[in-house]
Amino acid sequence: MNQTDTNVATLDAEGLSLKSVSLWQITWRRLFKRKSAVVGMVILGILIFIALTAQWIAPYDPIKVLIGVEDVKSRQAPCIHAFGCPEDQPQHIMGIDGNVRDQFSRLLYGTRLSLMVGFSTVTFAIIIGTVLGALSGYFGGWVDNLIMRTMDVLLAFPSLLLAIAIVTVLGPGLTNALLAIGIVSIPAYARVVRASVLSVREMDYVSATRALGGNSFQILFLRIMPNALTPLIVQGTLGIATAILDAAALSFLGLGAQPPTPEWGSMLGSERNQVFTAPHLVFYPGLAIMLTVLAFNLLGDGLRDALDPRLAHMSN
Amino acid sequence: MYDRQNKLPVRKRDLIQVDGLVKYFPVRAGLFQHVKNWVQAVDRVSFTIREGETLGLVGESGCGKTTVGRTMLRLVEPTSGKVLFDGRDIFLLSERELKDIRREMQIIFQDPYASLDPRVPVGESLMEGLNIHGIGTQQERFDVMLDVMQKVGLEPYHARRYPHEFSGGQRQRIGIARALTLLPKFIVCDEPVSALDVSIQSQILNILKELQAEYSLTYLFIAHNLSVVEHISDRVAVMYLGKIVEMTSRDELFRNPMHPYTQALISAIPIPDPHLKRQRTILKGDVPSPLNPPTGCRFHTRCPIAVEQCAQEEPAFQEMQIDHWVACWLAE
Repeated sequence: MNQTDTNVATLDAEGLSLKSVSLWQITWRRLFKRKSAVVGMVILGILIFIALTAQWIAPYDPIKVLIGVEDVKSRQAPCIHAFGCPEDQPQHIMGIDGNVRDQFSRLLYGTRLSLMVGFSTVTFAIIIGTVLGALSGYFGGWVDNLIMRTMDVLLAFPSLLLAIAIVTVLGPGLTNALLAIGIVSIPAYARVVRASVLSVREMDYVSATRALGGNSFQILFLRIMPNALTPLIVQGTLGIATAILDAAALSFLGLGAQPPTPEWGSMLGSERNQVFTAPHLVFYPGLAIMLTVLAFNLLGDGLRDALDPRLAHMSN
Repeated sequence: MYDRQNKLPVRKRDLIQVDGLVKYFPVRAGLFQHVKNWVQAVDRVSFTIREGETLGLVGESGCGKTTVGRTMLRLVEPTSGKVLFDGRDIFLLSERELKDIRREMQIIFQDPYASLDPRVPVGESLMEGLNIHGIGTQQERFDVMLDVMQKVGLEPYHARRYPHEFSGGQRQRIGIARALTLLPKFIVCDEPVSALDVSIQSQILNILKELQAEYSLTYLFIAHNLSVVEHISDRVAVMYLGKIVEMTSRDELFRNPMHPYTQALISAIPIPDPHLKRQRTILKGDVPSPLNPPTGCRFHTRCPIAVEQCAQEEPAFQEMQIDHWVACWLAE
């Protein structure tokens, strides 16, 4: 009875796939097909692993000064036994930093901090940005105007400058830096969600829920929001990279994480004048920042491509 | 749960009365979004639908027929006018009363690809109405869902599938099933077959007719295809640029169209006989913009028989013959 209207390749005789395939499963499969995204996920996996197990992997305590403990000098070059460093010297894979601490351990602990910075600021910004964007897109009118003009004001400032201004007002420190970065990230998410909501709001399945008797709340949270969140995922993933960079920049300037907290940006910042005399102290933190940002960017790009063509598929 | 074994012959009382329905959409511009102009989508439309019958609402794209359908369900708020459902003006109802009355009137949408939430398995979409109104237990809702699916010709295991896994015709059947779950009395069919292949169209139309008999439904069938309308309607209303120009029974309309626009539409219906020569009334020009409709009779700019009075005065919608209403100065 249904034979005349089956025309999709992966179907069985009755006209449907033998196994139900949700949209998430389709996206997941597409994501894994892109090698760059897989590279990003692998790096991310390693970073998360390091962040979780730092206290067991790190050979030294990250904030412990080694002056009386070992016979090492400030800013000493890396000593790796496998590569020829004499056995009687203590092994420091990435050398000693300016305050006579083991850089490798600080780097490992710094992973924890950077990932935490990235996720927490983005989560904060996404929650607030999504609420504002959803209200803006759904209700329109003066609500929309008020919220969007406020976002425009925030967007008018370069994000780092605004973050610096906020931190100057609130005082230096990691929590204030996180707050500042979170606030400047809100407008991007609000706009993305608002645009999504505006387009989803006109879809017939939203009208159907209203025709069935749904109230505004049910429509907004059950029908509109789940469908509007797709661009947000991409934006969020890329936003983590930006947040980590911003946090590193603030710490570099002395406005974020304060010593002795091991944070890659502050590690870079305190040693920036030693580029030629102790390059290992600039190279490794910089490399860490670069790899983390790269991983999130690759993942974000992969997600965007995995999610986008699917939309074209759907309307087929 | 509850049954509607309505085996009584259909009573011909008025279920729906639309009286002077007006919908203007504002065109906003400028920094402060002030209203610059109005799109006169629906301009004083009046008609009645009797219980159990199908009223076909025909017109070109942009004539306002979809707006009429959605306004009747209050999916779009009207500018003015009345819609009486079972004697009650739905525009005067409170939120609570409106939610209750929504169970009695449902809608089937035109685009099968946009009418189902892509993130939700279709079984859940079907049970949505029952969940919103809190009808029955979980098991009872499940049973209703399976029952309506079977009524439109789908299998129980389809319930776990996602919309993108179905074809257009199947999705439209899901849309029909969804409209049935609350056991409404009245369904607005907003061009339900326009987006489907011709062979599938007939399947869907037949399903609609069978269901109408079984569930004692009343339909407002909106379409632009006169052949489809001829097949399914009991009475037909023809719309042009926001106004109804002619309304009568289906047979009478096709036998004796009195309005020049209706005559042009009917002469344009393709007849599958290449050797048949016939008189075609071909309208000149394009449909005017509803932002700035013509004065007097809105059709006079394209009417082959328009006279001066047509440009000056809007013709009244009158009953020219028994149950045959026309809005034209020249109709006899």
